[in-house]
Amino acid sequence: MKVHIRYFASLRESVGRAGEEIEFAGDQLSVSGLREHLAAHGVDVLGQTATLRAAVNQVMAGPETAVGDGDEVAFFPPVTGG
Amino acid sequence: MRVSVQTGDFDAGRECARLLEGRSDVGAVASFIGVVRGDGGVETMTLEHYPGMTENALEAIVDEACSRWPAVVGVRVIHRVGELRVGEQIVFVGVAGGHRGEAFAACEFIMDYLKTRAPFWKKEQTAAGSRWVEARDSDDAAAARW
Repeated sequence: MKVHIRYFASLRESVGRAGEEIEFAGDQLSVSGLREHLAAHGVDVLGQTATLRAAVNQVMAGPETAVGDGDEVAFFPPVTGG
Repeated sequence: MRVSVQTGDFDAGRECARLLEGRSDVGAVASFIGVVRGDGGVETMTLEHYPGMTENALEAIVDEACSRWPAVVGVRVIHRVGELRVGEQIVFVGVAGGHRGEAFAACEFIMDYLKTRAPFWKKEQTAAGSRWVEARDSDDAAAARW
């Protein structure tokens, strides 16, 4: 399956890019599983930052939220708007 | 149109007037304006957002406010992005209702939810360099979900 990854704000700067496309074997994964996979495959900061948030298909997600083929998954720091 | 994310400035007076246009059931309009504060040598602030998700998150917050306060009859939320100088307006929330109680409450609710649930990030620029603003409320709803 293919997943579109996006990074925002300080995380985007730490990772050094705004996003990437990742291909996996299998057809489903959780947000935390995806995060662990990315951390183990070069995106070290995802394993080092405790306070990250995530969204799946532009809706706030938790660690157990399912990620499927074609989904857009974003990782970002806690929001600071307003 | 209830929600806008834009680089340009807004006219709060005009936005409040629009909430009243053509209505006779409004007895109160409560509004909030957030402004770039010059604390700690801040000269400018850059606001980043997640196009698409940000607008949807704001719409969901407005929907939630309207369902909690059914006497609210009009809401307008404008949030600016890009580079803003000290003293510039960042965000506008205007709420029209029958009476002041629901207008005040819904306006404050929308701002509180916006600050913890809408994907915006602030980076401050000072003479010494730039820094990302850290979220202050570690107990917010987003933290609990994550």
